[in-house]
Amino acid sequence: MAEVLVVVEASAAAGVKKVTLEMLTIARTLGSVSAVVIGDAAALTDKLAEYGAEKIYVASGDDVESYLVAPKATVVADLVRRVQPAAVLLASTQEGKEIAGRLAVKLDNGLLTDAVEVAADGTATQVVFAGSTIVKSKVTRGLPIVTIRPNSVTPAAAPATPTVEQVTVEVGEKDKLAKVVERVAEQKGSRPELTEASIVVSGGRGVGNADNFKLVEELADLLGGAVGASRAAVDSGYYPHQFQVGQTGKTVSPQLYLALGISGAIQHRAGMQTSKTIVAVNKDAEAPIFELADFGVVGDLFKIVPQAAEEIRKRK
Amino acid sequence: MNIVVLVKQVPDSGAERSLSASDNTVERGSASNVINEMDEYAIEEALKIKEAHGGEVTILTMGPERATESIRKALSMGPDAAVHVTDEALHGSCAVATSKVLAAALGTLNADLVLCGAESTDGRVQVMPHMLAERLGVAALTGARKLTVDGATLTAERQTDEGYEVVTASTPAVVSVWDTINEPRYPSFKGIMAAKKKPVRTLSLADLGIAADEVGTAGATSAVLESAKRPPRSAGTKTVDEGAGGTQLVEFLATEKFV
Ligand SMILES: Cc1cc2nc3c(=O)[nH]c(=O)nc-3n(C[C@H](O)[C@H](O)[C@H](O)COP(=O)(O)OP(=O)(O)OC[C@H]3O[C@@H](n4cnc5c(N)ncnc54)[C@H](O)[C@@H]3O)c2cc1C
Ligand SMILES: Nc1ncnc2c1ncn2[C@@H]1O[C@H](COP(=O)(O)O)[C@@H](O)[C@H]1O
Repeated sequence: MAEVLVVVEASAAAGVKKVTLEMLTIARTLGSVSAVVIGDAAALTDKLAEYGAEKIYVASGDDVESYLVAPKATVVADLVRRVQPAAVLLASTQEGKEIAGRLAVKLDNGLLTDAVEVAADGTATQVVFAGSTIVKSKVTRGLPIVTIRPNSVTPAAAPATPTVEQVTVEVGEKDKLAKVVERVAEQKGSRPELTEASIVVSGGRGVGNADNFKLVEELADLLGGAVGASRAAVDSGYYPHQFQVGQTGKTVSPQLYLALGISGAIQHRAGMQTSKTIVAVNKDAEAPIFELADFGVVGDLFKIVPQAAEEIRKRK
Repeated sequence: MNIVVLVKQVPDSGAERSLSASDNTVERGSASNVINEMDEYAIEEALKIKEAHGGEVTILTMGPERATESIRKALSMGPDAAVHVTDEALHGSCAVATSKVLAAALGTLNADLVLCGAESTDGRVQVMPHMLAERLGVAALTGARKLTVDGATLTAERQTDEGYEVVTASTPAVVSVWDTINEPRYPSFKGIMAAKKKPVRTLSLADLGIAADEVGTAGATSAVLESAKRPPRSAGTKTVDEGAGGTQLVEFLATEKFV
């Protein structure tokens, strides 16, 4: 069986990201799973093994870690040329897409982004145009290079005993043009990553100011969820931009999406429309968010949210 | 500094969008088309750099004939000139082919800095800046939320999920921006009038030495096999809060096993 390369996304704080486990789960249906770790792999191998990696390629060192993305694409391209995999899966994140884009050019190969499903023959399913349209696409030149959107499939464990291979990194000067001089971690507490969370609680302009976002955070924490925000809330300075949900922010697809004081503009819906269950609180009974809410409460969020928080505490 | 800003015309994300029934490409004919929003931020950033350091700003667009509307609109914000790559054979081009065409056009423009949006609202592929940097063999500072120019040195702040990175490179470089980087200006009346007289040079595939079968539907590296509208979500229960709205909400969450 041909290998399928899964380019691992991990974070220093949380280890292997959930999207990586999803990719491993999909990859098993396409071939023999090989995980590609760029960076330090020691803390990751157990998890990768648990989810079915038969092989782990590790590329580490200053050459790949001190420069922006280009060297990583070179490492993956070299691997592709060497092992001739059946497919390459990457995460639909800023970095995953950057590697994919460069890889496609290096190999003169097609690519598909934001897939939620990949069939055994490489056909990818994508949800486009603000969640309104589903397309099935295929790479017609070269092997399938596909980026997977987080929260697309349920990760399933399938323990394997991987062999680990250290790959030699040979990156040229052209890959070292953009240097990372500093990495700054911003406080975000213990909340799950927005795109990977199974529950997202978002606040909009209706939340009124930055201080009031504590209400949104409190409810999110009680539910074990992540916090999101509409663009109006971000633009008004209530909450940082990396938490924006929608057309020009993050796309989320959690089990539960709670919209507080959000009108439900089409560009916001673009980022949350595929959530399994949607709950909305808005004082305007005509707000478009109610058109897609499975459960909606018309009323003042400043009364409803504290009461809901109290009720959850009672039930715990 | 010689700056080229990439501007793409896209169907308005606020309106209904669809794929063409005949070939599954993005329907651009009947849509109300606008400048890809993120690209307005790239134009603004270019104008600010020009104002501080001098130089020239050129818009580069690949797109059908009607993309000229967006080019004029872009020019009305203040750039000096535009290049429009347009050719019947480009219809249906994939990202890989588009990057080939844009890279060839950039090859004729001698830019110190190529600015573009981080992603377009139609495809949301978010790959063009990387593909171009790869083809041109220049540095890429992608996803910038802040950019500073000091002579030939560029420094950008780049949002990540964990926080941000400070990255640096020398020109020539490609920089893609998010909509947090600045606040784009509105075109003034004077700007709109001036835009009508600014030079827009049209380039065909032949001008760029690219064969028709390398691009468009013929040269596409991926294909949409089928497309279908997703059934719209339907509204569920809606209750008006009469004092117990919060409790009812939690009851719903409990029946759905979220609490
Ligand atoms: C190209 C483009 C891209 C965009 N990208 C995004 C994007 O990525 N994400 C995004 O979110 N938007 C995006 N937008 C903006 C979008 O069109 C809307 O403007 C935005 O989503 C509105 O945010 P909101 O719902 O928080 O604010 P509003 O539309 O102002 O709605 C606030 C809501 O809060 C309710 N409310 C007020 N007070 C209370 C209270 N006390 N209790 C209960 N309810 C209350 C009001 O009834 C109202 O419905 C984009 C727009 C464009 C043009
Ligand atoms: N056809 C095009 N003409 C000009 N610029 C483009 C074109 N396609 C993409 N771009 C630029 O590349 C950016 C990212 O696009 P994308 O990779 O399609 O998400 C856009 O914001 C534009 O600045």
